[in-house]
Amino acid sequence: MFNYTFYWSIVWEKFPELLQGARITLEVTILSMIFGTALALPLSLWRRAREGVGHAFATGWVELARNTPALFQVYMVYFGLGSLHIHLPSYFAMVAALTFNNAGYLAETFRGGLNSVPPQQLSAARSLGMSAFSAYAYVVFPQVFQVVFFPYVNQLNWALLNSSLGMIIGLRELTGATQAAQSESFRTFEFFIVAACIYYVMAKAIETLAQLASWRLFGR
Amino acid sequence: MIEIENVRKSFGTLEVLKGINLSIEKGEVLCLIGGSGSGKSTLLQCINGLQSIQGGNIIVDGTNVHARDTNLNTLRQKLGIVFQQYNAFPHLTALENVALAPRVVKKQSRRDALDLAREHLDYVGLGSKADMKPSGLSGGQQQRLAIARALAMKPAYMLFDEVTSALDPELVGEVLDTLRKLKESGMTMIVVTHDVAFARESGDRVAFFDQGVICELGPARQVINDPKEERTRQFLQRVLH
Repeated sequence: MFNYTFYWSIVWEKFPELLQGARITLEVTILSMIFGTALALPLSLWRRAREGVGHAFATGWVELARNTPALFQVYMVYFGLGSLHIHLPSYFAMVAALTFNNAGYLAETFRGGLNSVPPQQLSAARSLGMSAFSAYAYVVFPQVFQVVFFPYVNQLNWALLNSSLGMIIGLRELTGATQAAQSESFRTFEFFIVAACIYYVMAKAIETLAQLASWRLFGR
Repeated sequence: MIEIENVRKSFGTLEVLKGINLSIEKGEVLCLIGGSGSGKSTLLQCINGLQSIQGGNIIVDGTNVHARDTNLNTLRQKLGIVFQQYNAFPHLTALENVALAPRVVKKQSRRDALDLAREHLDYVGLGSKADMKPSGLSGGQQQRLAIARALAMKPAYMLFDEVTSALDPELVGEVLDTLRKLKESGMTMIVVTHDVAFARESGDRVAFFDQGVICELGPARQVINDPKEERTRQFLQRVLH
């Protein structure tokens, strides 16, 4: 049982392919966060409205994104749309699915952040003669930013790890690339240990940078 | 001069101001007293346009506050307001709290705004706290910070909305001292307060609000020491004993 012999040389040979996969992983993660953030902003505002079409739409989005497995969301975009003859390349399907997921979670994060700033802050800013735009830009949003900063970073890490689902729709991100590489040599254990290490380094780097940014920006 | 003519204000079906008439001269200190829900705080918020009105007019130096073409952002620079709950900006230091509006609204240079802010923090006795965040300040200090922040816009009028009501008793004095100092400097002030002693001593006139109307208006000492209206007398008996 414990006489497994590790062969690392085969992994090093394929290492550039894994790094190429890691690059795709980062691309998909970052793009899905950018689009997810852009969508989450209006979704969070619609969620704050008590009623209306926007509210219903945003609520439906948030409910689906947060209460169904990310794997299903990936399937829906790739195979689901495929059945309707909308065939997205796996790269775009993955970005779209992760964007859907990120937007759902981030909308709630932003909504919580907006709710955490008392409405009197806005009154105080407006009473000093600030326009609505200035009041939000200098008083409300900086406070929201502080509140949502770490939850946002969590979502970024979550997106990074979720992007591994790309493998099942044939995307050669880190997991997909690892799967392909090991299938030629069957050194599954070695390949996935190395892939896990690369994920760990990327996630840890995000966490560390966020901590540094937080000290710099908020002094904590 | 602030002229308030037959102002009516409702929240839904609840009418909180039922025809208020008042005028405040330059340099005057007018204190508004009365029970909770009598409409005095609402009136302050109507004066600087934070609340809309359903009838009447409020004219500040000839500008109708609630007219459609009035630029409230410009008008509000004339009308400093300080709230019961301080509302300091928690993400900024004391100095930045005061410097923000002069920079953003009046487009002053960073250096000018910071100099101005230091001057006003000194005025309210917070010069040594300039680099602290509001979370590190006591309630009284946060309230004085809010006063400095409003004063830095060089308003012609200052509106105070129960500025000592949220404070621990031992912190009330330092805030009232700041208000007295302002009165001595000749600032025109409308002060909503539960502190009848302060109103008697520092107010030029006192208006007693009851259920959305001004029940009694007169010189501060007369209204408080010798009220003419029975409702004023009852109110004062409740708060003084």
